[in-house]
Amino acid sequence: METAVIVVIGVDKPGIVAGISSALAKRNVNIVDISQTVLRGIFAMIMVVDVEKSQVSIGELRRELQQVGKELGVEVLLYHGEVFKYMERV
Amino acid sequence: MRYSPEEILEVVNMLTREDLDIRSVTLSINTLFASSHDGRVVLDRLSTLERIMSRFVEAVYLVQEKLGVRIVTKRIAISPVQYLLEPNPREELVVEVGKLLDEMAKGTGVDYVGGFSAYAERGTSRGAQVLLNSLAEVLNSTERISGALNAGSTQSGLNVDAVKQFVSQLFQMSPKASSRTAVIVNSPQDSPFIPSAHHGPGMPNASVNIAVSGPGVIAEAIRRSKPFTFQELYEVVKRAAFKVTRLGELVGRAVSEELGVNMGAVDLSLAPSPTVGDSVAEILETMGISRVGGPGSVAALALLMDAVKKGGSMATNLVGGLSSAFIPVSEDPIMANRVREGYLELSDLLAMSAVCNSGIDMVGVSKRVGHERITALILDVLTMGIVLNKILGVRLIPLEAGPGEEVDLGGLLGKVVVADVKEVEVSQFVRMGGFLPTPIKRLETG
Repeated sequence: METAVIVVIGVDKPGIVAGISSALAKRNVNIVDISQTVLRGIFAMIMVVDVEKSQVSIGELRRELQQVGKELGVEVLLYHGEVFKYMERV
Repeated sequence: MRYSPEEILEVVNMLTREDLDIRSVTLSINTLFASSHDGRVVLDRLSTLERIMSRFVEAVYLVQEKLGVRIVTKRIAISPVQYLLEPNPREELVVEVGKLLDEMAKGTGVDYVGGFSAYAERGTSRGAQVLLNSLAEVLNSTERISGALNAGSTQSGLNVDAVKQFVSQLFQMSPKASSRTAVIVNSPQDSPFIPSAHHGPGMPNASVNIAVSGPGVIAEAIRRSKPFTFQELYEVVKRAAFKVTRLGELVGRAVSEELGVNMGAVDLSLAPSPTVGDSVAEILETMGISRVGGPGSVAALALLMDAVKKGGSMATNLVGGLSSAFIPVSEDPIMANRVREGYLELSDLLAMSAVCNSGIDMVGVSKRVGHERITALILDVLTMGIVLNKILGVRLIPLEAGPGEEVDLGGLLGKVVVADVKEVEVSQFVRMGGFLPTPIKRLETG
């Protein structure tokens, strides 16, 4: 499994999870974990996904998700799982 | 591997709000294959670096895109040009080599080429002399070339004659050109930073050296935790420095793998940038020294440095470069403000250099001060370096302006403020020639 972390930041409204999820499904990216929290007083959705079988590169996936985010009026960030492994685990 | 939302958001905050990024990925390459008595052969052989530069830039972009982490600059460090000049010591050749590498850097997207450098601790070799004679011309006629003079070391003493020649060249440089050179002692062999970057002796043919930039992360961690004791403060800095360095380790490994070359060193240094919230001075002020330069600044910096080194050394085995907290005045907006306001003087920067590895860095001086007092100021820093066995350097920007005035160099270089140099006659001391013999500390190694 090759993980990536997606963070969606913005005002909570219907369609965010659906929009991001369908963009991921289109590229064969599997959602491993999903949670919601508040970041800087704003709604934040965190998804851990498996990009091993993704049909596009992680950079391309980031651009596609950011486009979806733009349409939904939210900010989308995507980092490789290694970033969290290196910084949060010894 | 599972992460809590708090862990994920901590990292995301560091990478977005607290300006954590990779200051530089520097590919260090042995370029002595270009050595020849024939200048045309030297240039022909160096031109083969263009392909390597392109591949390097591509690899850095790929890693940046894959990880989602910003890499601010891509640099190449070459063998000290001094050695290329030993068989063919001609000033025209240095200038031609500079222009060739500058063009290749611009064409491929490499931000800087470091290594227009010379080692001259005890004396000045033919190659070092030619490089020194041409330094102003090379730096004035290029945009991305950089180099440093290693004028001394704890092992060999300090070549005062070479320092004087360096000052003479410095006064002929444009402000931007002078920002790409420094005079240093105890130069590291694997620095990813400009202007100290070069491919030092004893290194493999190629390696990747990394510089991180995380002052904002450290300042924010202190602000959040509101420590009551020095031990708590120490722990907060150490933990934050660990995370910052781990990011450097990850990016270094990823670029090394992509290029198929060795991972070299991670420089633990906290490097500020003119961006708001990316300041070493801000860390010290967050610790409770309300204006950097005030009493306690050295103590706060010493604590910061020690905690950063302890946290950083747990995060990577490949510690290298300068591994310090940089205090480049123009690149750190709060430092620059404190100089302008009169809180931070050259003597304060000198005192702070005793506990970090920067020295007097990116400080403007008025050309009216003259060569002798500038030479004496440089000697203050460099002798401190050889006596304390530390890497220390001086990067001054000579300007027509007077004390308190500022000149904007733009980008990462920021606004250079002219510092006041005391009006004291020093010519009798500075006019003496020769070199300072090795300090007694030299005997500790044999």
